[in-house]
Amino acid sequence: MPDTLAPVVASEPSNVTGYRSFRLGKFELSRDAYFVAVRWPAKGAKRSHQMPADAFLRACMRDVAWNFFYGWVNFDSVIGTRNHYGKVDFYAGTFNGALKEAGVDYLEQFDSGHIMATFKAILRDWVNEGFDPFAAPVETGTAFGPKQGDNIAAIERTRIATQRMPGLPGDSPLRDDMPVNRAFADVAQDEPEIHAEPGFEGQLHAFSLFKYLSRSDVTWNPSVTAVCKASLACPTTEEFILPVFHGNDRVEWFVQLSDEIVWDVGDKNTGAPRARVTMKAGDVAAMPADIRHQGYSTKRSMLYVWENVTPGLPQRYESGELSPYPVDF
Amino acid sequence: MSQVHTVFGSITDYTKGSIELVSGEARHYVFSNMFEVAAKSKPYERVVVAKNMEYVQEVMRAEGSSPWFACGHDEFALCMDGEVTVDFIKLKAPPDPAKNGAVLAGDAPAGARMGHVKLKRGHQVLLGAGNAYRFTATRTGVLMQQTVLGDLSVEKWSEICYGPWP
Repeated sequence: MPDTLAPVVASEPSNVTGYRSFRLGKFELSRDAYFVAVRWPAKGAKRSHQMPADAFLRACMRDVAWNFFYGWVNFDSVIGTRNHYGKVDFYAGTFNGALKEAGVDYLEQFDSGHIMATFKAILRDWVNEGFDPFAAPVETGTAFGPKQGDNIAAIERTRIATQRMPGLPGDSPLRDDMPVNRAFADVAQDEPEIHAEPGFEGQLHAFSLFKYLSRSDVTWNPSVTAVCKASLACPTTEEFILPVFHGNDRVEWFVQLSDEIVWDVGDKNTGAPRARVTMKAGDVAAMPADIRHQGYSTKRSMLYVWENVTPGLPQRYESGELSPYPVDF
Repeated sequence: MSQVHTVFGSITDYTKGSIELVSGEARHYVFSNMFEVAAKSKPYERVVVAKNMEYVQEVMRAEGSSPWFACGHDEFALCMDGEVTVDFIKLKAPPDPAKNGAVLAGDAPAGARMGHVKLKRGHQVLLGAGNAYRFTATRTGVLMQQTVLGDLSVEKWSEICYGPWP
C-alpha cells in the first residue's frame, strides 16, 4: 500500500439527478434514476455498459464488505473486480467470452485502497435513504429515483471478525440483542446446556448456530463462526439472488443447512454455463476453482460456506499445481 | 404473510438435491447429502463429506455412545439432527498439537472430568485442543465436524457422491 492514496475523483452533483459521477482510472461511472452506466476505452472508441442501479449497488456493497473477497466478484456478465490481495483489477468484458474475443474489453489495476475508497464514495452518494443493499428486496425500500438522502449506517456494516468461535471471551458477540428474522420465526431459540465441573467454568463452549443465523439482518454476507487453523466456517443467510457472480480463485464448499438454493455455475473466464446445482437441506457440494457461481434462494435459507485461507492458494491453482477439483474419485 | 416453514433435514427425512449439467462432470461438485451419508454409516464412523486440501468436514451418525476422541487442535461439531451429550476430560497427556485430526483416546482417558454439553439441532460445540470428548446420543442423530484429515477419517467418495453424471 502506498503511503498516500490517490484521491477519489468525483464530479459535482448532477443538476438533473443529484448524483455525482466518478472516475476510476480510465473508467467512468455514473448513475441516473434507474441505471448505473460504466464507460471505458477500447479499440479507439468509448464503450459502455448499463446495470440496474439496485443490482449494481448490491454487488458493490458486497465487494466493499468482503474486501474484494476471494478471486473474482462479477457484478454481472460484463463488469467486476479481481482481487490480487493488495492490488485489485476493475474490468469490463475481460471475463465475458464474446466481448473478450471482440477485443472491446478493458482492465485496469488499482491499489486496493484507492478502489475501495472510490467504491465507498460511490455507495455513500448513490445509496438513497431507505435502501439497504444488504437487505432482501421485500425488507427494504427502493434504490431508484433521483438522489434522496443517504443510508450511511446500512452501508458501513463490516464482516464480523471471529478469532475462534462467537461468544467466547474476547471473541465476536452472539446476536441475542437482534430480532429473529421474519423468515426464521419458526427456528428454535434455545441454547445448548453447558454443565462445567468446578474448576472448569468457562472452559466449555457451545452456542446455537441456527439461532445466531436466524437473527442475521443481512443476506449473502458470511460471518466466521469457527476457525480451525486456516479452515473457516462462514455461514450466512440467503434470500433472493446472490448479487454477484463469484469467480473462485480457490475451491470453496457449500453445506445447505436449511431450505434450498439453486446455483448457476459458469466458466470462470468466459461465463459460459456449466451447470445448475440445486442444494437442499443437508446437501454438501464443492464449488471448483475454475468456475463462477450465482445463487437463488426464494425462501430465506441458511448456508454454511466453508473457506480455506491457506496463504498462496490463488497462485497454486492458477499455476496448475493444484487441481480445480478438490477430490479425485 | 403465510406461515413460515423452515426446512431442516433429518436422518429419516431428507431430499437430496440435483445437478443439471451443461458441460463437465457431476463428480466435480463432490455432491452428497449428509443425512443420506449418516443413514448409511456405522455409528460414529467419521465420513469425510467435504475436503479442502488437509481440511475436512466429517459427518457422523450419532447413535449410542462414541469412543473417547481427542485432538491436538480445535475441532467444532454441529448437531444437525437428534440430541447429543458431549462429555469432556482434560487429558493428562494430550495429543501432539502437530498431529492432524482426531485420534482415539482409549476407554478411560486419564484426566479430570470437565463437564458436559447437551446439544440439539443447530447447536455448535467447541471441541477444544487437548481435551478428550465423547458423544452420547439420546436418539439417533447427525453431527458434522470441522476438523483436519486424520487417522480416523473415512473417505468413500464414490459411495456418497454423484458420479460423472447425476
